Amino acid sequence: MEIIGRRKIWYALSLLILIPGLISLLLQGLNLGIDFTGGSMLQLKFERAVTVENVRDVLDKANVGSSTIQLAEGNSVIVRTHTLEQSQRNELVGAMKTQLGDLTVERDENVGPVVGKELTRNALLALLLAIIGMVAYISFRFEFKFAVAAIIALLHDILVVTGLFSIFQIEVDSSFVAAILTVFGYSINDTIVIFDRIRENLRKKKKDENLDALVNRSVKETLTRSINTVLTVIFVLVALLFWGGNTTKVFTLAMLLGVIAGAYSSIFNASPVWYDLKQWERAQRRAKAKAA
Amino acid sequence: MNARKLLQLVALISVVAIAAALSYNPIVQNTKLGLDLQGGLHVVLQAVETPDRKVTQEEMQQVHAIMEQRINGLGVAEPLIQLEGTNRLIIELAGIQDPDKAVDLIGKTALLTFRTADGQTVIEGKDLKEAKEALEPGSNMAIVHLTLNSEGAKKFADVTRANVGKQIGIYLDEDLLQNPTVSEAITGGQARITGYGSLEDARRIAMLLNSGALPVKMEMVEKRTVGPTLGAESLEKSKAAAMIGVGLIFAFMFLYYRVPGFVAIVSLILYSVIVVGILTLLKATWTLPGIAGFLLSLGVAVDANVIIYERLKEELRAGKTLRTAIEDGFQRAFTTILDSNVTTLISIVILYYLGTGPIRGFAVTLGIGILTSMFTALSFTRMMLRSAGGSGLFNNKKLYGA
Repeated sequence: MEIIGRRKIWYALSLLILIPGLISLLLQGLNLGIDFTGGSMLQLKFERAVTVENVRDVLDKANVGSSTIQLAEGNSVIVRTHTLEQSQRNELVGAMKTQLGDLTVERDENVGPVVGKELTRNALLALLLAIIGMVAYISFRFEFKFAVAAIIALLHDILVVTGLFSIFQIEVDSSFVAAILTVFGYSINDTIVIFDRIRENLRKKKKDENLDALVNRSVKETLTRSINTVLTVIFVLVALLFWGGNTTKVFTLAMLLGVIAGAYSSIFNASPVWYDLKQWERAQRRAKAKAA
Repeated sequence: MNARKLLQLVALISVVAIAAALSYNPIVQNTKLGLDLQGGLHVVLQAVETPDRKVTQEEMQQVHAIMEQRINGLGVAEPLIQLEGTNRLIIELAGIQDPDKAVDLIGKTALLTFRTADGQTVIEGKDLKEAKEALEPGSNMAIVHLTLNSEGAKKFADVTRANVGKQIGIYLDEDLLQNPTVSEAITGGQARITGYGSLEDARRIAMLLNSGALPVKMEMVEKRTVGPTLGAESLEKSKAAAMIGVGLIFAFMFLYYRVPGFVAIVSLILYSVIVVGILTLLKATWTLPGIAGFLLSLGVAVDANVIIYERLKEELRAGKTLRTAIEDGFQRAFTTILDSNVTTLISIVILYYLGTGPIRGFAVTLGIGILTSMFTALSFTRMMLRSAGGSGLFNNKKLYGA
């Protein structure tokens, strides 16, 4: 398997997903849920079947504008609106009951705008701190160039996930943030295992083996492990996605995409980036030597 | 064949089986479910602050105590009421049947003021210590008995002295609750308000006064409720998903790695017993993210085994004997597992410190899982493999996938 030699192809494959994702992020951004924007969400389970129009009617009469209505399984309806006062919300539920028949409130969420802003700020802060912590640890245990390559691979994973969520406008909630951070922690695992092998092989490097051959060999030696590990995580995530209920769908989907992207970047991006950094450093050194 | 090693292997498996069987009941009985799994209410209250009116730690403690008192009346089994940061209070009532009633009660966070006829605020909620309804012994008349704190008593004495014969309005925000007339100067910090139709009326006002006796206005910045049916459904579904996920992992490990795969399964069962046991001892609450965290940590635990077995295969292919291959495999796998898990732990720790509520639960579960997996993979799996390898029953290298 030619990892280093064909690295341009592997980079290009990544860019094929990254660039549309980035464009989408710039143009339409993410479909932010009420966890970020603030607002109210009601999930109502009606006794009788209702249509979106029925629900829209009641909302209009109650003067609750700019809401989205979504039908869910089992006569359930999810309504999202701007933040409702408790009294407004009670009136609305009352109106639904009288006009559309008996119902139970399955979920009722109200998030103030302050909380949403904090969530975003904390998520970014967490990412930043995680990056600093990892760079420090990897630099200490390996070397700085490994750290840079690992972080680039991680940013790749996060951009792939957020990009795909943006392209398909899947609504993101606070569990998305948790998923991203977990992907961050999880995918570095894969990268480190490969780097660990490169580090080990460098120590007992044979004279006639080139760096690219050594990296190729290291990736190949750890390949089964990389694939098997990702497979077991994918088993769990697929089980959660199909049988785990609606509430964890966003989280699981983000994790699944992230883990797949992470496996790819660990194998096809992280080591090649490190190799390129190494080559670049050598070229610098040679240029310096020549100048001296 | 080595009988001693074989016996050791059987003993190890039995220990795990017994541990799993014995811990099952205590764990199931002591498991606490989060509100997303049994339904319930989650509320975040935030003090309303202005640049010249910052809330103090003491005031927040007061708010905490008042909310505790109010919620105790609801009869929720284990309410969670805790301060967060400098100006927030989190209330979680799992398993509550009527969340609306609780929201109304918690939401009564209006600011209590006593105002003179010309609209001047003379007494605030923070001056009031307690309001309690009572029947006056002699006349059997319903009254509300007010107790003011020392500062409030002083203010109240001044105000009543200056307003004898006039009315003092009691307001919750802008709502006039009552407009009693001052009959005499009240100096002792104890006052009574009369003129209620029934004890029930007096009780209602007393409760409102107590509710209004918050030292600072609180705003509900976040509210989430989950109905009991949805919670039960989520629990059932995540149980099913967990079974399927774990089943797939076990099947894969056994089919791909054979003998070590079986060792891994035993080791993963031990791992699960330890992690769930620790979480139960820590009185952790199981939430949906928590379950996801546990399942993912299972993935990490599998990974530790996979790293070891891949090493083992490599050593076997390099022509080493089974025994040295097992020892060298573990030796070499150790740094790999250490470095890869420490980097993951870094992000978990950060997730814990910056996250709230369910995200914290997720981080705790995953973190405990990673630490435990390092322990079980490097000690228990090793013991098992040594016994299995030494027993002489499984000498064929094919049984190790090599």
